[in-house]
Amino acid sequence: MTTTVASVSGETGTPYTLSHLDALESEAVHIFREVAGEFERPVILFSGGKDSIVMLHLALKAFAPAAIPFSLLHVDTGHNFPEVLEYRDRTVAEHGLRLHVASVQDYIDRGVLKERPDGTRNPLQTLPLTEKIQAEKFDAVFGGGRRDEEKARAKERVFSLRDEFSQWDPRRQRPELWNLYNGRHAPGEHVRVFPLSNWTELDVWQYIAREGIELPEIYFAHEREVFQRAGMWLTAGEWGGPKDGETVEKRLVRYRTVGDMSCTGAVDSDATTLDAVITEIAASRLTERGATRADDKMSEAAMEDRKREGYF
Amino acid sequence: MSTLTAEELSATTLLRFATAGSVDDGKSTLVGRLLHDSKSVLTDQLEAVERVSASRGQEGPDLALLTDGLRAEREQGITIDVAYRYFATARRRFILADTPGHVQYTRNMVTGASTAELTVILVDARNGVVEQTRRHAAIAALLRVPHVVLAVNKMDLVAYEEQVFARIAEEFTAYASELGVPEITAIPISALAGDNVVEPSANMDWYGGPTVLEHLETVPVAHDLSHCHARLPVQYVIRPQTAEHPDYRGYAGQIAAGSFRVGESVTVLPSGRASKISAIDLLGEPVDVAWTTQSVTVLLEDDIDISRGDLIVPSKDAPATTQDIEATVCHVADQPLTVGHRVLLKHGTRTVKAIVKDIPSRLTLDDLSLHPHPGQLVANDIGRVKVRTAEALPVDSYADSRRTGSFILIDPSDGTTLTAGMVGESFASPEPVKDESEDDGWDF
Repeated sequence: MTTTVASVSGETGTPYTLSHLDALESEAVHIFREVAGEFERPVILFSGGKDSIVMLHLALKAFAPAAIPFSLLHVDTGHNFPEVLEYRDRTVAEHGLRLHVASVQDYIDRGVLKERPDGTRNPLQTLPLTEKIQAEKFDAVFGGGRRDEEKARAKERVFSLRDEFSQWDPRRQRPELWNLYNGRHAPGEHVRVFPLSNWTELDVWQYIAREGIELPEIYFAHEREVFQRAGMWLTAGEWGGPKDGETVEKRLVRYRTVGDMSCTGAVDSDATTLDAVITEIAASRLTERGATRADDKMSEAAMEDRKREGYF
Repeated sequence: MSTLTAEELSATTLLRFATAGSVDDGKSTLVGRLLHDSKSVLTDQLEAVERVSASRGQEGPDLALLTDGLRAEREQGITIDVAYRYFATARRRFILADTPGHVQYTRNMVTGASTAELTVILVDARNGVVEQTRRHAAIAALLRVPHVVLAVNKMDLVAYEEQVFARIAEEFTAYASELGVPEITAIPISALAGDNVVEPSANMDWYGGPTVLEHLETVPVAHDLSHCHARLPVQYVIRPQTAEHPDYRGYAGQIAAGSFRVGESVTVLPSGRASKISAIDLLGEPVDVAWTTQSVTVLLEDDIDISRGDLIVPSKDAPATTQDIEATVCHVADQPLTVGHRVLLKHGTRTVKAIVKDIPSRLTLDDLSLHPHPGQLVANDIGRVKVRTAEALPVDSYADSRRTGSFILIDPSDGTTLTAGMVGESFASPEPVKDESEDDGWDF
């Protein structure tokens, strides 16, 4: 990894300049430590996607050589990529972490939630997530959300207060001044914390490359059986694809985001290495979510509406 | 702009900056052009904007839709909250705090400026320096933003005349310098036509300075630590208590100012106990020296009692501690701040009980006049406040340190962030407002 000495000199050779990755890393670590210092029961949302993997890596560095003082929470849609679940379990075991799982399938089996006609389970995550937060009395919930992802997220605070229903009210946000984060909350309320707020997709990938962080294989180009729906390549699976008229073909693809299989699309790619992925993203004319997320295309304010309800 | 290689992208630094401008100064257009020309507006985002613009019957894409993220903002066509945007060039990464221009959103500009190293203040070339411009300059000065850019926009509407620009630049520079703004760069632009935003203008041969982007790319972000007081607020004590590290006791925090070195004599405040730095860990890697904004873990030679909220400082450069703080504040909450108000004060990593003892004055931003003893401060007010804290705090003057000279006041009943505070003198009161009854000798 890059050490301090290497990052001493910026483009002008001036001492005491941090590279942009060092600056972002330092800020994220500060946020993790603030939460550790001020909250009783924090938890890290961990999906096995690249953003949550980077969050975990940052948390490990923040408290080294001690263990992370947080547990993990996975909202399991039941439509997972097997490689990602495998990665999740391996990581939890490797670092001796505790994993909580909120299962969408359980809610469907119990009849509390109903499967949507389009098979997408992303919006169904909100209830299991918020009930788990209440049941476990989590008071700080780390999310990997980045402000560059989406225009409603651009308005999100680093510390985002949620009421007892986990609702986000963009008009009642606390101003965030300097690095003085305000985590005060009433019993039943909690704070969503976004240490990667100021990171972009490219920053995340560059950091993964610099730190040599391992990722699930689906982030790199591989041959995969996919079919096309609404302009995206989806992986066939038990969740209800392909339908009649949709044909499966073998293509060289990779994923830019990891979410529910039913609404996360792959992109055509021959990027098999981190450097190739970074080059590909730097040249892409599509945003991460625009390219691969069906749920954000539902309406102009899809993300804002889901966030208001308690989505992360 | 051509595609950047992975190598080019790694060698960059980060600049945080904020924009300020009145409603029709063309701020959205400038932000839109910076984002667009730096390849930060991607096809699907542009398509979404085109789709919505068309459905409303507008002819071209309305670039304001790119920056107005909330339903209410799109409905009303105004920006109601700070949004953070990201773009990059081969030389630098940028975090832009896009702050609304409305008078009633002073608090948002304060929020954006609190983390900014540079502020772009927009002026309409036809109107010149107006009240709102002075307000923006005053806030930039108050928040001590190191660099200010005056972007004289809509030069196309004044026939690109040098005299128009020169007159505005001169008036603004005189005003802002008087407020104490350290560095001012005036640039004549047309955000709409693209003059001097990213590309140098062919219409203004008389201008020899940088474009807005060029300036953003080259303005220094390095800290001059030679006359900085070193400060490390302790966030968290790291004690693994494992077989491998049975005695490890590290004090974790982000260096707020200056630099620390292994072997240095340090004092822990408020207790005043002294020790020496035996090691510094930079996120798991040992280093000899660490400096501002690095998150580190410091180990000391002696096993002394230190916890979250303490401040580690060089023994030869320790600040005084005080329970009486006088500061310039911006009130950011809807509920007013009144004398006698019991609050919480967060300074660095320490949160203490406090009481508002006095509100000596309120500032009228338009003419920088002081209104004595206003009784209360309401949303967006800027004023002087005296606060008594339950415990002594090691505060610096905001002029010396933006991190250890700043604090927030919090309402203990519901956790609302009430007020942003900057310790010590500001341009607003060259003569300190003396409280005859209680002169404790606190010296800023």
